[in-house]
Amino acid sequence: MKFALFTGCVAKGATRELMMSTIKVAEGLGIEFVEMKSAACCGAGVTQEKSALLTDTVNARSFAIAEEQGLDLITICSTCQGNLKKSEHKIDCDEEYKDKVNHVLRDGGHQYEGGRIQIQHFANVLLTDEAKKRLKEKVVRPLTGLKTAAFYGCYILRPSELSPFADPDDPHELEEIFEICGATPIDYESRTKCCGFPIIMMNKKASLDMAGNALVDAVDSGADVVVTGCPLCHLNLDSYQPEAEALRKRNANIPVLHLPQLVGLALGYTPRELGMDSHIVNTHTLEKILGPNPAAKSSHH
Amino acid sequence: MTTFRIKRFNPEKQADPYWEDIEYDIPPGATLLDCLNDIKWTRDGTLSYRMSCRSAICGSCGMKANGHALLACQRQAEHLLKDGRDTITIEPMGNMPVIKDLVVDMGEFWEKVNQVKPYLKEKEKPPEKERRQSPEQFKLIDDASTCIMCGCCYSDCNTLEVDKNFLGPAALAKAQRFVQDSRDEGTGERVRELSEAGGIWDCTHCAECVERCPKPAQPMYRIKEIMSVALEEGVTNNNGARHALSFVKSIKHSGRLNENTLPVESMGYFNIKGLMELVPVGLRMLLKGKIPPIIHKNIDDVEDVRRIFRELGE
Repeated sequence: MKFALFTGCVAKGATRELMMSTIKVAEGLGIEFVEMKSAACCGAGVTQEKSALLTDTVNARSFAIAEEQGLDLITICSTCQGNLKKSEHKIDCDEEYKDKVNHVLRDGGHQYEGGRIQIQHFANVLLTDEAKKRLKEKVVRPLTGLKTAAFYGCYILRPSELSPFADPDDPHELEEIFEICGATPIDYESRTKCCGFPIIMMNKKASLDMAGNALVDAVDSGADVVVTGCPLCHLNLDSYQPEAEALRKRNANIPVLHLPQLVGLALGYTPRELGMDSHIVNTHTLEKILGPNPAAKSSHH
Repeated sequence: MTTFRIKRFNPEKQADPYWEDIEYDIPPGATLLDCLNDIKWTRDGTLSYRMSCRSAICGSCGMKANGHALLACQRQAEHLLKDGRDTITIEPMGNMPVIKDLVVDMGEFWEKVNQVKPYLKEKEKPPEKERRQSPEQFKLIDDASTCIMCGCCYSDCNTLEVDKNFLGPAALAKAQRFVQDSRDEGTGERVRELSEAGGIWDCTHCAECVERCPKPAQPMYRIKEIMSVALEEGVTNNNGARHALSFVKSIKHSGRLNENTLPVESMGYFNIKGLMELVPVGLRMLLKGKIPPIIHKNIDDVEDVRRIFRELGE
């Protein structure tokens, strides 16, 4: 189980706890990640507006790097996942365009062949037979009784033909991981919606209303925690939660975890090892629900 | 036997909508519309919905099935029953007021289509003969021109759920059809108007509209095309355009996004009110150690990315 890790920008910046917890979980499960340190930003769905060819070429460069390593490219961000797949699809569907892209890449010593590697999210890795087996064996702290609301991040779901998940209108992948960890998935309408973050700089009120609606929906559906596979969703749902609450005039106060943080808890890592102390919304309530950590793994590290 | 769980509402008789369960045996190959017609014609004539062509051309029978908008005539009912489920929930389209049962008031939808001035603007007198377009010129507006105004995109639009001021996917797709029409002479004016609040930059790119669109119109991609034209036309004095340009600049410089400069550059350096709004979340993140490193690191081999920018003239 060796993969090329496309970290994305936010896991190296405002949500470094995502990177921390990804590494911990990979270590815990014996997954080898080769960090793509020379891969550039996916463009976040906004650089195509300036130039589609530029965005697709920069992304094809990342695919070529993964191809050179002979490793599947794994994202830890729904936004990176969606944007990389859009570029891949566009290039793979048009030989002439691919030639154009490769013509630009050539001088840098890269060539994108296509069809050689998969572009998938960390959630897909966790759901491979081998990782699932290991995860089941290594859960030392089942998250029993933790009512967990998945928040998928819209870019990984739509357009559905580019999604790495089986049924993007009604996905089950995150919930399946929750169940392996012993948590109880909560169903709620907002789980496949947009968090609002893409327009936080353009229409703050609408953006935070979207975040607020999702948080309130999760709380009203009985969730103790929201778990997302997208650090941008995390920013709107966690970092901006106080503003979203003020706007909705509703106290949500619900912790928001990155997917690897939830898995890390089940593997026995402490909240601190998973970077949960850096969250804006306090995550102590989870410890109360879960009770003492039988693994107390931190003492061995 | 399948349960059709239909949201019923007659404002003359009920204060609130209610769910009605109808047990119905789906005939082989029947569309959702076929089933509703049979239910209406043989069981309950009061069930109201719009329909006409039965061939996904007229755009009348938009409604929500299992929570997502679709044309009832375009989906086989059995295909809505995967994973051994025995219930199909049917509701009116969203983001529009309900008139009765599955019939919604599309007044605002049409009003917004009108707002984008869906007709050719010309400065000079019309020519004597027709205005010719090359196949390449037509290709730019071909997808948008397939829109049948069914409202499915508008129904499920995530921004519209929270901001009624947003023009919405259908009107913006219609706008693209004129922004990029070789015969139109109002491009600059159009993209300036479309860059204002409620326009293109309020789209989250969540692609809900792409997913619901029954045609190749796929509004989100059309909205992105207008954005490109707006940047080309130099309409950049707004947060959306500044945000996109800041991203490009940052990747060109370091290969990755600079999260510290992005918010400031998006707001604009002289936008004091906008910048002040960033203070609470910034402070909050600073106290938790979440502020991205002040010294922004380049990716390895950033020179190759810069070379790509240079080679493509960016």
